Amino acid sequence: MAVAQQKTLAMNGDEAVALAVKQSDVDVVAAYPITPQTIIVERLSEYVANGEVETEFVCTESEHSALTACLAASATGARTFTASASAGLALMHEILYVTSGCRAPVVMAIANRALSAPINIHCDHSDSMVERDSCWIQIYAENSQETYDSMIQSFRIAEHLQVLLPVMVCLDAFVLSHTLENVQILADETVRKFVGVRQFPLVMGHEGKEVPFKLDPNNPITMGPLDLHDYYFEHKRQQEEAMKIAPRIIKEIHEEFSRISGRKYGNGLIEAYRLEDADIATVCVGSTAGTTKTVVDHLRTKGTKAGLLRLRTFRPLPLTEIMGALENVKALAIMDRSNSFGGSGGPIYHEIRHSMYDAPTHPHIVNYIYGLGGRDMPPTTILNIYKDLQEILQTKKVKRDVQFAGVRQ
Amino acid sequence: MTTTSWKPTAKEIVEKAELFTSGHRACAGCGPAIALRQVMKATRGPTIVTNATGCMEVVSTIYPYTAWKVPWIHTAFENVAANASGIEAALKAMKRKGRLAHENIDVIAFAGDGGTFDIGIQALSGAVERGHDFLYVLYDNEAYMNTGIQRSGSTPHGASTTTSPAGRVIPGKLQYKKPIADIMVAHEIPYVATASIAYWQDLLVKARRGLETEGPAFMHIFTPCPRGWRYDTSKTIEIARLGVETCIFPLWETIDGEYNLSPQSKIFALKPERKKKISGYLKMQRRFKHLFRPKFKHVIDEIQHRVDERWNRLLKRCNMTQSD
Ligand SMILES: Cc1ncc(C[n+]2csc(CCOP(=O)(O)OP(=O)(O)O)c2C)c(N)n1
Ligand code: SF4
Ligand SMILES: [Mg+2]
Repeated sequence: MAVAQQKTLAMNGDEAVALAVKQSDVDVVAAYPITPQTIIVERLSEYVANGEVETEFVCTESEHSALTACLAASATGARTFTASASAGLALMHEILYVTSGCRAPVVMAIANRALSAPINIHCDHSDSMVERDSCWIQIYAENSQETYDSMIQSFRIAEHLQVLLPVMVCLDAFVLSHTLENVQILADETVRKFVGVRQFPLVMGHEGKEVPFKLDPNNPITMGPLDLHDYYFEHKRQQEEAMKIAPRIIKEIHEEFSRISGRKYGNGLIEAYRLEDADIATVCVGSTAGTTKTVVDHLRTKGTKAGLLRLRTFRPLPLTEIMGALENVKALAIMDRSNSFGGSGGPIYHEIRHSMYDAPTHPHIVNYIYGLGGRDMPPTTILNIYKDLQEILQTKKVKRDVQFAGVRQ
Repeated sequence: MTTTSWKPTAKEIVEKAELFTSGHRACAGCGPAIALRQVMKATRGPTIVTNATGCMEVVSTIYPYTAWKVPWIHTAFENVAANASGIEAALKAMKRKGRLAHENIDVIAFAGDGGTFDIGIQALSGAVERGHDFLYVLYDNEAYMNTGIQRSGSTPHGASTTTSPAGRVIPGKLQYKKPIADIMVAHEIPYVATASIAYWQDLLVKARRGLETEGPAFMHIFTPCPRGWRYDTSKTIEIARLGVETCIFPLWETIDGEYNLSPQSKIFALKPERKKKISGYLKMQRRFKHLFRPKFKHVIDEIQHRVDERWNRLLKRCNMTQSD
């Protein structure tokens, strides 16, 4: 397949999400506005008002109902989308688990924003990180282009018959959601062809015959039943199995998309940046990776063997990939834009330290909590972190394993 | 709005297939289970049902069994109206795109009083405001039965529940029942009705009207619960009838906002002397037992007073005053 014709448009991350939804033959959008996701909902409303889409737009009275409506619409057979952030995502918390438990392939964009209190509209990852156990696939985009591309891929990933799990596409508040960027856009027909029409797996129906897994009066099934100690556990186990299959599917769909778009984000799960011979490296998700790449390039010109590992998916966690990519790194800084209060550092730190436990050699690992509530993460702060790593490399000592970067002490 | 001319006969109803089947695990004499069966007998074609968490969800779908012969979904407690919104939106979009096998599919949402008066009122208010085409059926057993008889916004004044227990100083629930059906009328939706499982024909006709309504329809069904109201399981229908005869649960409907008293209640407007005293109704249920202690006897008068007050207000709304 040849790379398809594309055009370049200046748009922010939210608009990129809305456009991807418009092109992906979505049946139902149910959403509730919250800064910095609002533009997504507004653009989609305009598409509907102008008759540019056949989508049914349900402007609900809360996020709880927005996700519920998507879940129920998805169970009815529709392709569905919603978007939220911060307090809105927290309000959805209950239904996040119900959505994945009902195996409803809902796609949701999250414009990552700090949680209250104090109330704050700016970027950090506390809202989506706290939902890491909800059995949603989480993709963190580095820029608006990746946001657009990931959105289109997500419908395919979520609806894949071996996966059938909801997907969150996370984009950093304001840094991505509101910042204009050149984005390469595929033609409507190209996207439509790529996403295709939703298919349904066959399940055992009431009369003992196999029927499509959806609410269909011709083939009635019961969804969301009471499921007690005799079966619940098996159903939860099935969700874990789906998460185990997901990495392969995410990679395949990412690969297939790259053939029409010409764009790749590592292998779809992780992106290793100048890591092959790196002695020191950082690990992060989201837009900070962009700034970090500049810092790495700068350090390389000075002869410092610096690298970066960006996790594109945090769920499923690509454990073996992470271990492989960090194999030769000697000092490692894990960057968390959220904190696990009273624990020992942020969630990415926990996961990476855990991933490295079985590695043949163990690097020194430090954790930096940064950027809470939208605190800027300039190249200078990142540079200082690499300097700390160089010191660790020389002294072979970690002074403090969990630190805060860019905060008044 | 069109009103149905459908008048089901007992024969027709018995012969119609059961869509909510027996074998579910509801208690003997369960009022809500009767309501569900009756409503499902009023369906007119392909139907999708969604249920809030509560007794009816729990007793009818213990995996891997189900009592439902129609597509059915439960997601949570407070969001059944949002389920209906999503289902209806999906059907609309799929029909528009030519991906729906049916010309019309009706959507019914069932919820208890907890799922409606209390935790579910936001989703319900939002869904009807948006005008989704569905029938919302509230089966009212006047407490959270599934979790062990806790008070709700529907629990009547004076009733003892596990969170409004009758004690030495407090005579059960202090507050009065929220007028939920009037609240739904105030949403200016095309159809609202109250019904009692003691009057099955009236209930079925109203359910059919609700299904035929284009846009949101709301039904409030009076469904005694022997377990929570503490009476013998054989008395469910008797109590459901007494609720109407005492006018504590009058039967009426609004079509495009116009109140109409149903015949079963109209009789008490025309012949007020036939309206029964509330004390007999209370006496039958042990949730009100403490009210018959001398110390709390005044509560019975309070209840009677409030029943009369609400009844008279309803009569005014229906353009029927008791002196007419
Ligand atoms: C968010 C949430 N809060 C509380 C519960 C616990 N809960 C389950 S059913 C129920 C009461 C249901 O009462 P009602 O709606 O009146 O239905 P009934 O059981 O009486 O049929 C409660 C409190 C829950 N499932 N979800
Ligand atoms: S507790 Fe009441 S409502 Fe629940 S199943 Fe038993 S009788 Fe029915
Ligand atoms: Mg109840």
